[in-house]
Amino acid sequence: MVESALKLERARYERSALVEWLTTVDHKKIGILYFWTSLAFLLIGGLLALLIRTQLIVPDNTFLGPQAYNEVFTMHGTIMIFLVVMPLNAAFFNFFVPLMIGARDVAFPRLNAFSYWAFLFGSLLLLSSFLFGAAPDGGWFGYANLTSSRLYSPGLNIDFWVMGLQVLGVATLASALNFFVTIVNMRAPGMSLMRMPVFVWMTLVTAVLILLAFPSLTVGLVMIMFDRYFGTNFFNPAAGGDPVIWQHLFWIFGHPEVYILILPPMGMISEILPTFSRKPLFGYTFVVFAGIVIAFLSFGVWAHHMFAVGLGPVPNAVFATTTMLIAIPTGVKIFNWLGTLWGGAIEMKTALLFAASFIAMFTIGGISGVMHASVPIDYWQTDSYFVVAHFHYVLFGGSLLAIFAAIYYWFPKMFGRMLDERLGKLHFWLTLIGFNLTFFPMHFLGVDGMPRRIYMYSAGMGWDLWNLVASIGAYLLGASTLLLFVNMLKTLRKPADAPADPWDGRTLEWSIPSPPPAHNFDVVPVVRGRDAFWIEKYGAEEVIGPAPERHGAEAGHNPQNPHNPGPGEGAGHDQAASHGAEHHGDSRIHLPPPSWFPLTTGAGLTLMGIGMVMHASDTLGSLGFPVVGLGIAMVVVSLLGWTFEPIHEEGHA
Amino acid sequence: MSDSTAVGHVPEAHHTTTGISHNKMLMWAFLASDCMFFGSLIWVYMVYRGRSLEGPYTQEILNIPYTSVSAAVLLLSSLAMVLALHGIQHGDMRRFRVWLGATAALGALFLGGQYFEFTEFYHHGLTLEQNLFGTTFFVLTGFHGTHVGIGIIWLVTLILMSLFGRLTPANAERVEVAGLYWHFVDIVWIVIFTLVYLIPY
Amino acid sequence: MQQERSVVERAHPGPATYVKVAVILAIVTVIEVATYYLVDYLQAALIPILLVLSAAKFVLVVGFYMHLKFDAPLLRGMFAWGMTVAIGITLAMLALYKI
Repeated sequence: MVESALKLERARYERSALVEWLTTVDHKKIGILYFWTSLAFLLIGGLLALLIRTQLIVPDNTFLGPQAYNEVFTMHGTIMIFLVVMPLNAAFFNFFVPLMIGARDVAFPRLNAFSYWAFLFGSLLLLSSFLFGAAPDGGWFGYANLTSSRLYSPGLNIDFWVMGLQVLGVATLASALNFFVTIVNMRAPGMSLMRMPVFVWMTLVTAVLILLAFPSLTVGLVMIMFDRYFGTNFFNPAAGGDPVIWQHLFWIFGHPEVYILILPPMGMISEILPTFSRKPLFGYTFVVFAGIVIAFLSFGVWAHHMFAVGLGPVPNAVFATTTMLIAIPTGVKIFNWLGTLWGGAIEMKTALLFAASFIAMFTIGGISGVMHASVPIDYWQTDSYFVVAHFHYVLFGGSLLAIFAAIYYWFPKMFGRMLDERLGKLHFWLTLIGFNLTFFPMHFLGVDGMPRRIYMYSAGMGWDLWNLVASIGAYLLGASTLLLFVNMLKTLRKPADAPADPWDGRTLEWSIPSPPPAHNFDVVPVVRGRDAFWIEKYGAEEVIGPAPERHGAEAGHNPQNPHNPGPGEGAGHDQAASHGAEHHGDSRIHLPPPSWFPLTTGAGLTLMGIGMVMHASDTLGSLGFPVVGLGIAMVVVSLLGWTFEPIHEEGHA
Repeated sequence: MSDSTAVGHVPEAHHTTTGISHNKMLMWAFLASDCMFFGSLIWVYMVYRGRSLEGPYTQEILNIPYTSVSAAVLLLSSLAMVLALHGIQHGDMRRFRVWLGATAALGALFLGGQYFEFTEFYHHGLTLEQNLFGTTFFVLTGFHGTHVGIGIIWLVTLILMSLFGRLTPANAERVEVAGLYWHFVDIVWIVIFTLVYLIPY
Repeated sequence: MQQERSVVERAHPGPATYVKVAVILAIVTVIEVATYYLVDYLQAALIPILLVLSAAKFVLVVGFYMHLKFDAPLLRGMFAWGMTVAIGITLAMLALYKI
């Protein structure tokens, strides 16, 4: 069984390395592609942040002009949200969700590859705007009618933004559909919903959020596109249109988006803290349900981004209430993480340090969030640096710190090498200090009345000191992030010698070699409780629920051999036989063959976006719609090829 | 995207945790998402109802008897679709092809009717740019029409596949998934027909 | 797995049921269109009547043609979740704009 899988693998690996990566449908390779791509974008987004802080380091600075400043802060926000945090989360979804649920791949491997390519090409479309001197300059929220009218935004800047985000949106939706089906439908025997690792749970919740939130953004962007290209009146006050409609559409997407960015990191924390405390997650059920409640409430709070718009006292009061409600499940999670650490045998590894600092930093961001849930306080704080401080505590102190923790935690599994702990700890301390130095003073600046998004301020406003401190902190933060890259590059030059289970882990990904083989599991594991691998290693004091039927009587665990902790060959064969009998009569492992069509479909989709941008340009306008047509043709031909491509060697499809 | 992913993976259907095939679950998840897509278009339409600053206004333009026939055509196509599915599920490929062809034809008839309706409105001075009604009406119904168009391409692909022996009663589920999409497009029209056409001002 | 499958896939109704549903749908559509000519009589009752009728058509198509009535509860839940959020947001927006 294993041998035949190896044979399949070898046949495939005869292709050149480049072709292999371009056509891969292996969720682990796609995860690694997501990983490096979004880390590269992290450097670009971080560089833009340093440009912002350089401009603001002293009053009356002329380092960046107003136009350049607008472009820099718009692209910083857009890149960090859509090109860094979301795809970094996706990198870990891709690599680890199938491993954690005991699956051999995702439900739709080619759709998964398509998501990556559409993400990459969409990002490049967005970033290419820099080459044409037309980077988006309308803020990441792109408020209409500044963005919807060519009168107010005549250049190609917003066109790049709209088209880039549309392509990214399609990629994200495809990926969410895929992970939803994978998690619901591809769990190993015994992996009931309430035995799933919390990271898998949060991925599932995030997928649902994406499915329901992104269409609102898509529709809003379509309307901006129609207003810009076809003269419609969606956001045109001269014809009775209401630009506030865009704000609703955007924030109906935008607030769930915040949870799309933070829930997966919360899941990562919920894996890392138990591992390094050597005890189970405290109140698993509460953590899971708190995540679900947050997701549910997130669709009822969007207008708290619009308190100052003037919706009236009743809507403001309603949305203030729902917003404050969200603090409850969030607080539940924080106490559960503290409860997990409490009394644990804590190992001070870099991953744990980042994870523990997440709790503290995220709590600060959460508290300032509850502050401006109150309408009168929000009137004071809105559009000030206080808000900038708040969401950086949530998105950097929250999402990114957790993602750093996850990098240190999972890097050995992904690349078979342990990251350097000494460099890692240096990275951690510099990050923590740099982060607080950058963003804590912004609370003071906001309270002192410094508005967001201004490119220059005068001396004598009392803002000089804290801006200087914030800028120094930002440089420190930039330097510390470089340390992470140094660490990773240094580590990758070492031989791959990481053990399968370096941290004495609790979940199934640690039961297989580092890095995992193409088929993941020699024998599909059978799950006997939460922390499935821990139970196999040490036995369970309390196995939750009955063991699954197929598990068989002889299913002893095998702590000596971390490569194969499965419940014994018997179970594996039973299961393979019960599934395979109808089709193949043997238990060969089927890995989907590589395919070019995901890449070409993604390219065709992006070509449509490129065509639309060209259509709006002065010089290439006439070529625009032909290029769109070419893109559509490319998508259709690719999809037909995709449909008719055999996906099993035997030509089953 | 959906039509490409809905095929293949047939053997996998027997491996799923819930017993529901991947393709079917993907389609239902997509439809749940599409609810929000049309939901957003519809609420924007509803909010802008009657807020056009200049004519032609809704009541001068909409032709209820004409659209009622269109709506009936689309409902009828849904009936043809389930009969086609019933055909392939019971191994009757001829019945399958006839009814699926009828479904696609009725869909095309609906689209033709929409094309005629749109040109008619243009002649009456209602354009995308004219007023809020034109803007919201054409974009909402246009996106619905695009969905119908994609559905027709999908159905025709299925018929072609069956003619070349690439679609057999063993893959009846592919037809079922295509059918889910088709019926969804139909129910969206049920909602649009009521909210856009029937409810008076 | 065998047991689960039998739970999931209950028998779908046959062509006779499908045609019956189509007839009901046709009748409801005729009633809907008829209301258009009876605006003066129905007045305030018109909009509720139309909403109920279209909801009935919606449920019939989803329940029988998309056989959600006979399908796995999970699928019902997924679709219901999407519909709930979409309807909830639509109602909220209509309330905000006082329609």
